[in-house]
Amino acid sequence: MAEVYLPTPLLPLFPELTKRVEVDAPTVGEAIAQLNERWPGFRDRLVQAGPALRPHINVYVDKERGGLDTPIGERSRVDVIAAISGG
Amino acid sequence: MPKSMVLVATRKGLFVIESDNRKDWTTRGPLCESWPLYHAIYDRDSGTIFAAAASEWLGCSVWRSSDLGETWEQSSEGLTYGDDSELKMNKISSLSAGHGRLFVGAESCGIFGSTDGGKTFELVSTLDGQPNRDQWNDHANQPPGHLGISQTMQDPDDANHWWAIVQGHSLFETTDNAKTWAPRNKGLRADWPLDNPEVGYCVHCLVRSPVDGSRMYQQNHVGMHRSDDGGQSWTEISEGLPSEFGFAAAVHPHDRETFYVVPLDPGHGRTMPDGQAAVWRTQDAGSSWQKLTAGLPQEDAYLGVLRAGMAIDGEDAPGLYFGTSTGQVYASMDEGESWSEIAGYLPGISSVEVAVI
Repeated sequence: MAEVYLPTPLLPLFPELTKRVEVDAPTVGEAIAQLNERWPGFRDRLVQAGPALRPHINVYVDKERGGLDTPIGERSRVDVIAAISGG
Repeated sequence: MPKSMVLVATRKGLFVIESDNRKDWTTRGPLCESWPLYHAIYDRDSGTIFAAAASEWLGCSVWRSSDLGETWEQSSEGLTYGDDSELKMNKISSLSAGHGRLFVGAESCGIFGSTDGGKTFELVSTLDGQPNRDQWNDHANQPPGHLGISQTMQDPDDANHWWAIVQGHSLFETTDNAKTWAPRNKGLRADWPLDNPEVGYCVHCLVRSPVDGSRMYQQNHVGMHRSDDGGQSWTEISEGLPSEFGFAAAVHPHDRETFYVVPLDPGHGRTMPDGQAAVWRTQDAGSSWQKLTAGLPQEDAYLGVLRAGMAIDGEDAPGLYFGTSTGQVYASMDEGESWSEIAGYLPGISSVEVAVI
């Protein structure tokens, strides 16, 4: 199972969502779809029309920046980072 | 005495200011996880609070609470123009509830509807075919922060009849539930060239008298205006006001001649003139105006009030409220004659709505 680490602002939006979740999915997009099954509406928070990752959402797979089509290995670490900005 | 609940949507979430006597107020918040909010309303029919949110990171969503703000859920299911559309959806800016449905006004100029209490949405209209529709998303005509559909207003007596404001472009009316639309800008002024006199007017806020649906008022980018025929035509009533510019407006719940506005300097500042906070009132449908300042700061008070920033309830002695873009909320229980500050240090305020429960 791959590990996915989520940004803190996502956690209060979905019951029992935790900062670290496990997925068994071939790509980032599939992983997000899988999490959307468990937490309906999850995908909308990270993905906009296109489909594409939202502009200030960054995904790293094993420390390399990726997109929805980026493959995920069985033991990958996926970090979802909300861009640091604002005030 | 029933509870007065003032919903204050801010750049950092929702705040609920409540009182059982309209003298002593308490504040709850920030709610909606401090998401940036553009508008919050109370749907009396369902007892639900709705809030339109647009996070730069997590997108648009409508928050809802069926227990007066104690617990919240959010959804954006269906709030999209589709993967293949050129229309972008970064912002939802206005809400209205009525006839068992919720309307959501969105960027790129679309109206979405929900008939299941805000759980799912579907696109109702993008006003296709209206004059100059192809210019609405032209960046030359759309400064940063464009709201798209900045207001919808539903006729409480007719589910097919409602209005929509396209920010910076026009007021439109539908009488067949958005199958067709008609511009309703006759008599409005534009201080810029128009290639089609039917459209191109900057309507900031539209209000309608609860006791006479033919009487409407609007605060426009250029002037205050009154309609005596349900928006079919407009007459300017700016004379006597210190500025023709402003955003917010409120109409008296029992007297169709009485109406409140907050004039602002029209330049980039868009704050109250001369640093003196004031609400202006007419009691004769705009023939004369009174400046109301008692209890409001009169020195160095460069306050702004946005288009949904003023609200009035339907009590016998109506409660009148406004919130500023610097986080103050003021209330008057005597027709605007005197004011008191009921919140002083909130985040910048996008909208104020009031419900008496």
